[in-house]
Amino acid sequence: MQIASKNSLDWTTIFMYFALAIIGWVTVYSAGYSADSSSMFDYHYTYGKQFVWIIISGFLAIVIINVDIKFITNLAYVYYAISVILLLIVYFIARDINGAKAWIDLGFFRLQPSEFSKFCTALALAKFLSELHISIENKRHLATAVAIIIVPFALILLQHDMGSALVFVSFVFLLHRLGLSNWVIIAGFYIMAVSVLTLIIQPIWMILTLVVIFSGILYSQKKKRNFNQILRFFSFLLIGTAIYTFSVDFFFNKLEKHQKDRINVMLGKGGNDWNVRQSRIALGSGQFLGKGFLNGTQSKGNFLPAKETDFIFCTIGEEWGFVGCFFVIAPLCGIPVASDLPGGKQKSKLSKVYGYGIVCIFMIHFIINIGMTVGVVPVMESLYQQLVTEVHPCCPLPSCSLSF
Amino acid sequence: MRDFHSHRKILLQGLILGAALIFILKLFYLQVIDQKNRGLSKSNAIKELILYPARGLVFDRNGELIVYNQSLFDILVTPNEIDTIDIPKLCEILEIDSLFYASQMRKAKRESFYKPFVFVKQVSIESYTKFKERLYEFKGFSGQPRTIRTYPYHCGAHVLGDIGEVDSAQIKKHKEYNYLSGDYIGKNGIERSYEQYLRGERGVKAVLVDALSREKGSYADGQYDLEPVPGDNLITTLDIKLQALGERLLLNKVGSIVAIEPSTGEILALVSSPTFDPNILTGRQRGNNFSALNKDEFKPLYNRAIQGLYAPGSTFKTLSALTALKEGAIDTNFSYFCPGYYPIPGLRLRCSHRHPPAMNVQQGLTHSCNPYFWQTFRNTIDLPRFGNIQYAYETWYKDIVSFGLNQKLGIDLPNEKRGNIPSVEYFNKMYGNYWKSSTIISLGIGQGEILVTPLQLCNSYCAVANKGYYITPHLVKKINNKGQYESIKNLKKYTLKIPLGYYQPIIDGLENVVNNGTARASKVEGIALCGKTGTAQNPHGEEHSVFVGFAPKDNPRIAVACIVENAGTGGLYAAPISSLMIEQYLNDSIATKRKVIEKRMMDSKLIKYAHEHADSVKKQP
Repeated sequence: MQIASKNSLDWTTIFMYFALAIIGWVTVYSAGYSADSSSMFDYHYTYGKQFVWIIISGFLAIVIINVDIKFITNLAYVYYAISVILLLIVYFIARDINGAKAWIDLGFFRLQPSEFSKFCTALALAKFLSELHISIENKRHLATAVAIIIVPFALILLQHDMGSALVFVSFVFLLHRLGLSNWVIIAGFYIMAVSVLTLIIQPIWMILTLVVIFSGILYSQKKKRNFNQILRFFSFLLIGTAIYTFSVDFFFNKLEKHQKDRINVMLGKGGNDWNVRQSRIALGSGQFLGKGFLNGTQSKGNFLPAKETDFIFCTIGEEWGFVGCFFVIAPLCGIPVASDLPGGKQKSKLSKVYGYGIVCIFMIHFIINIGMTVGVVPVMESLYQQLVTEVHPCCPLPSCSLSF
Repeated sequence: MRDFHSHRKILLQGLILGAALIFILKLFYLQVIDQKNRGLSKSNAIKELILYPARGLVFDRNGELIVYNQSLFDILVTPNEIDTIDIPKLCEILEIDSLFYASQMRKAKRESFYKPFVFVKQVSIESYTKFKERLYEFKGFSGQPRTIRTYPYHCGAHVLGDIGEVDSAQIKKHKEYNYLSGDYIGKNGIERSYEQYLRGERGVKAVLVDALSREKGSYADGQYDLEPVPGDNLITTLDIKLQALGERLLLNKVGSIVAIEPSTGEILALVSSPTFDPNILTGRQRGNNFSALNKDEFKPLYNRAIQGLYAPGSTFKTLSALTALKEGAIDTNFSYFCPGYYPIPGLRLRCSHRHPPAMNVQQGLTHSCNPYFWQTFRNTIDLPRFGNIQYAYETWYKDIVSFGLNQKLGIDLPNEKRGNIPSVEYFNKMYGNYWKSSTIISLGIGQGEILVTPLQLCNSYCAVANKGYYITPHLVKKINNKGQYESIKNLKKYTLKIPLGYYQPIIDGLENVVNNGTARASKVEGIALCGKTGTAQNPHGEEHSVFVGFAPKDNPRIAVACIVENAGTGGLYAAPISSLMIEQYLNDSIATKRKVIEKRMMDSKLIKYAHEHADSVKKQP
């Protein structure tokens, strides 16, 4: 029997979490505010529901902390299986109702299984990777871990939910920390860099630049004994990159116009995206100190389609200004950084791995959501549940609770 | 635990902190340094206004404008901008009551607090002018120009159709057209079948508005604006004067008139009675008027010209005779002495009236002798070369169906009916395989299971007038495509199974019908009118009066079919009405001495509403 004692809880994280949850709730209220708005607790509206969620997740956290941890860890694969089944259900139901929806409508609220599947996958991964005989270096074990990630990832991609799917990509960092080769990460960043550059400059210039750079490197290495090996490596890399570059260019031209526009806007290549322009105007109008609580005009209703979800950060920016943004961003990076402070707090390997998985999820939400609001990441549809508002009630809490 | 590389977490922490740093810098730029966005948003906001396109206009064949758009205004409200307003005053100006005001305001507040909500639809230009003068008193309200359809001739409701707001099912169904709720869509008639041409494309205008929602001019020099594209105009085949005359002639009667130009298939008039003024289905009273029409016991919404199914009666004898001639069952000199009945034991088949003997097919038609055509029909079916009844009937069926019966003709209107000519299988099922020409003898005179629409009836006589072909009857001639009128192409030409040589004697017979026969009262001086009366029995009451004909005899320019329900013999109503239609079209007026007939037709009232009936019962002592 291992039950968490009060002293073992990570109070810093819990405090930051509740601060953010309250800020999120208040902001949602403000975004939907009108002269005859009902009380903040009216659960018929988004803001009321938000409050109900905070209460429910708080309650859940207490239950989880006090329950035998084995109860959670032993059932990890069961939770994972349930989340995958839910994704399958939503895929088939959603196809019937409307191609792009990613939720099950339960009347009072809409269940979005991709949200559950994020931390269920993290838990399943943690359970698997923390088994004593499992090692990432073993190819079969690595393949199993990747499969655990790929299944929900593919199902979510089928729902055209790019934002949520990216979360699963972030588990690569978890695998990396457990021993995945650095080269995978380097290759990942290399591909990302090439993709972005391809869209900014012509593919042909891109290739020429690479040729020059690679030649430079080769020249400097010409005296090395394994020069031939290096030469072969760079030749393959160049050819691979060239093929990839042209295919990116090709697929980019196949995208829908609004998707192209969004990416072009982000890259500073013009294009027309109403949302991005509107969110910039809203943020900009907040200036240094903001217009004050409930006084925002740009971010309310008229201009942004998802003012209470995707673009909630606009409301913060407009009403609380640069200062407000700073004090929201600070704990947002604080939680992931602090909750994985060296060693001590989480004793078991399972909770460490799980905690790090949650940090991965958190990071992607943070980057995409605020990134698209301030205009450094292209707008992604379907990242419905909001970072600031939701803070994934379930994410940090299990992570604290596992700090035994 | 050794393999939980502690130092590698720096990567993730670095990413998060790096992203945070970029965000903070970007925000610092947007919120503190950059002045451009601040200037835009300081007191201004951008509003997107929808610009509704003008729907295409509709002209008749002579260039008369028969459907155009009239400007009206929707009054919009943005609830969060409302100040204290004089509600009774506003209600008075907009001609609404305070209950309506309250319920709309509740709805607006619930559904669209910050965005304009359509508060009152289709306010007249007079009310709008008054409203606009006092706009400063009604903060939060604004007007948006809309259009409604106007029909200056007050006729053609069934043909022209109507438009209404698109419903969610239609938005889903026509995704490619990108409808938004509030858009108009053709609900019936050519408004529906030519929706894609008439509708045009919505425009958008981005304007800067200040905190009081006053427009401050266009945003970004109109860079994001989109001009609305007006709908394409249509030139129809209708002759609106003829259409109006047809509707007046059928006033207070149930029935239908179809007039077609045989050589082209162009429909000159398509009347279904009772009808209504199409203008009552526009504007704010649309809903009420529609439900009243829907409840009416004589079903004015029903387009009898393409949906009404009638036995063609004696008018079918023309087709029957042509088939018999072609199959070689009779020749033009076939004679049959009518004793006033037809001798089949067990069946009491009587001729409907007394008349001189029919010495040839022309006289058979002239006097519309039933025994003559019973015999003709039996001669056809019992031709020895056919061998068995199934094959014989199949041959007759194919000849008859080639007149465009038992099929949708493909008119450019929704919900056309196909009528009925019974098939071999039908009779096999009904009588086993043992049936004879005498079993189905009533087909020979257009009774029995035969059902046609007035459109099909008229079309079949077009084929006779053309001596062997018809062209798909249609209502639209030309469509304006970017300033240029383009004719409707690819109209199908259907060839009958009866070759050119057989028609002349029959047409002579039809001319005789009007000169000396059952339609002699409908002779028009100076017009060689050919036609055939019919008296269609129907199980529900008095017989229907039917007439189909065309004129002039050589190079016919118009074919007319007319059915008046429960009006007696064909010569009584349908023939004179048709003759008036033909006279109007060919001479562009009605001769003075025939004005009497015109007046009698217009004034006669055959419809009796149940409630009128009840009144008259009460009034009797």
